[in-house]
Amino acid sequence: MNKIIAKEHFSENVVKLVVEAPLIARSRRPGHFVIVICGEKGERIPLTIAEADVNAGTITLVIQAIGESTRKICALQPGDYLTDVVGPLGRATHIEKFGTVVCAGGGVGVAPMLPIIQAMKEAGNRVISVLAARTKELIILEEQVRRWSDEVIIMTDDGSYGRKGLVTQGVEEIINSTDVDLVVTIGPAIMMKFVAELTKRYSIPTICSLNTIMVDGTGMCGACRITVDGKTRFVCVDGPEFDAHKVDFNEMMMRLRAYNTPKK
Amino acid sequence: MLKDTISPRDAQWREALRKEKTARERSATPRVKMTELAPDYRVTCNEEVNCGLSASQAYTESTRCLDCPDPQCVTGCPVGINIPGFIKNIERGEIAEALCVLKETSALPAVCGRVCPQERQCESRCIYNKMKKEPVAIGYLERFAADNGVTGNEPERPVANGHKVAVVGSGPAGLSFAGDMIKRGYEVTVYEALHQIGGVLKYGIPEFRLPNSIVEREIDALARLGVKFVKDCVIGKTLSYDDLMNEGYEGIFVASGAGLPRFMGIPGENLIGVLSSNEYLTRINLMGAGHGGDTPVPAGKRVAVIGGGNTAMDSVRTARRMGAEKAMIVYRRSEAEMPARVEEVHHAKQEGVEFMTLSNPVEYLADENGKVRAMRVQRMQLGEPDASGRRSPVPIPGAIDEIEVDLVIVSVGVSPNPLIPNSFAGLDITSRGTIAVNDDLRSSIHTLFAGGDIVRGGATVILAMGDGRNAAASMHQQIQENSNR
Repeated sequence: MNKIIAKEHFSENVVKLVVEAPLIARSRRPGHFVIVICGEKGERIPLTIAEADVNAGTITLVIQAIGESTRKICALQPGDYLTDVVGPLGRATHIEKFGTVVCAGGGVGVAPMLPIIQAMKEAGNRVISVLAARTKELIILEEQVRRWSDEVIIMTDDGSYGRKGLVTQGVEEIINSTDVDLVVTIGPAIMMKFVAELTKRYSIPTICSLNTIMVDGTGMCGACRITVDGKTRFVCVDGPEFDAHKVDFNEMMMRLRAYNTPKK
Repeated sequence: MLKDTISPRDAQWREALRKEKTARERSATPRVKMTELAPDYRVTCNEEVNCGLSASQAYTESTRCLDCPDPQCVTGCPVGINIPGFIKNIERGEIAEALCVLKETSALPAVCGRVCPQERQCESRCIYNKMKKEPVAIGYLERFAADNGVTGNEPERPVANGHKVAVVGSGPAGLSFAGDMIKRGYEVTVYEALHQIGGVLKYGIPEFRLPNSIVEREIDALARLGVKFVKDCVIGKTLSYDDLMNEGYEGIFVASGAGLPRFMGIPGENLIGVLSSNEYLTRINLMGAGHGGDTPVPAGKRVAVIGGGNTAMDSVRTARRMGAEKAMIVYRRSEAEMPARVEEVHHAKQEGVEFMTLSNPVEYLADENGKVRAMRVQRMQLGEPDASGRRSPVPIPGAIDEIEVDLVIVSVGVSPNPLIPNSFAGLDITSRGTIAVNDDLRSSIHTLFAGGDIVRGGATVILAMGDGRNAAASMHQQIQENSNR
């Protein structure tokens, strides 16, 4: 049982929870995720870690209510408990001084991007962050991202905040104005797919972080499998980060729809 | 072999019991038949298929055991249970004592009595086989004693010896190890990555073969002896090797089990509706999909399970219970080569499962939404024996059929769980991804022992339990030697 310490609404369907999890707070690294269960009969839901406070023994999760289970988690209040939180899972992000790193985050993908931005900055990189969303209220964690970025570009589909346009436009402008050594992209699969296609044209190494369907999250069930460079890989133990130029995004997007039809 | 037992063969009561009936009388009694739920009823629910023996059935069966001077059955048991010792206690009506004899060597008798392949182990060595008679139903009797010998008395806690050990994984190997070490006086903590204790006994083996309540009872018995269980804790992730050492553990037993499911690498294997047996069974057994849990599971009407092992049988029989109208085993060899227990194959057939042997899927075909709608199956014939001694299947040229399916469960084996091998520096790993150990089950890290599927790659509950027992003996010896220095 893990206590909810604080809650903040980023928008109607996006919630930030600060959760008591001292061991995870201590051992997590950028790129890691956790599995969360809400209720005795709850699903195991993979969630990325946005921030951690070792001293307070807490981790910060950002959850978008998209299904029954995530809605249940988003409805929790401070003082309530998550039934289970396990992690940190997955492989940590490979951090080193690459030079100029572009971090392109879409929607709630900005949450797992934040620790990567911070670590890349601390490793001596010049970090340019591109935050993208459909509309202004869906741009999250802007202040925290600014703290660790040399430059921040905001893109909204409807132009209600920052510049009007897609994340790829923001990334391409940066590529055209400066030398980029690495792109990191986290967000909806379709967004990562287009970022990958763009950077492939410019031959810029690109890392994506994938959020697939999982059950155990510890390398046992294979629900999260994807094809990378023609080979089957498991997001939970081989990922969640992969070379974005080698991921079969079309297959991944198809697999994400496996449970879209409501269950009986 | 059977020195330290509470039920030695030369005990007076056993000598007296042997004289009560002649060997002729004992061997004239036919082997008991297990009562089973009717097939048409049991596919409608998740109730345990085997109903267990009644007290009179168990008594009659126990009288069949000749209490041999040199009992070969014991040599067929991976944990060396004093088999005549517990059976003769059933015969004299001391069921609780029979359970105590079982617990001398087995931490999970109620589990073993249900899922052990006795026909290949203890029962295959029974003297009756040589007499052309059916062996004593050791497995049924074990289950009877385990289910009926519980007294409810608080067990006596062993005297603490002041040493601490940790166990990674709460499946059969880990529980067996924990049971042996707590009895030796160690402080034992078992770490489990999932949110429930029991490993494969919970997520893998279905309720209709091994009810979770039975597993819970065995775990509870260990907890009452003092074993500590920590769930939701991934060793190598939540806690590192160094963290464990800093906690003061003098030995670590890694029993993290099988992991990554194997796939065949054929086209269409990542389509929607193609799942590993691990995923299918975990969703249903561990997460309660289809039984009130929030976790969904695809409901197939025409289900193909690929493989011929026990996990394949568990999957296909589960599919029948989840409403499959047509549930098929697709296996590339013939039925004679199937690794599954005969009982499981028999039960599956009773439940209407179709066996498509000498058939191997070569491709899965999708509908417009990426969901599997058919499989293409290559028909096979048996050729020369291969390395395993089984006749290897070879394709019949041109014999490929397309079969309509809406759910495919791939059950062709697993690779060892990569979490520990990936995260412990200095740990020697084999080319198959298993942890390399010596005869004492010690790894390249002096304090770290390993057993079960993380060493074997994929085996049975009882072999994992045997490893737990052997690792406990080895680690105990090592810790004793170190502290006597």
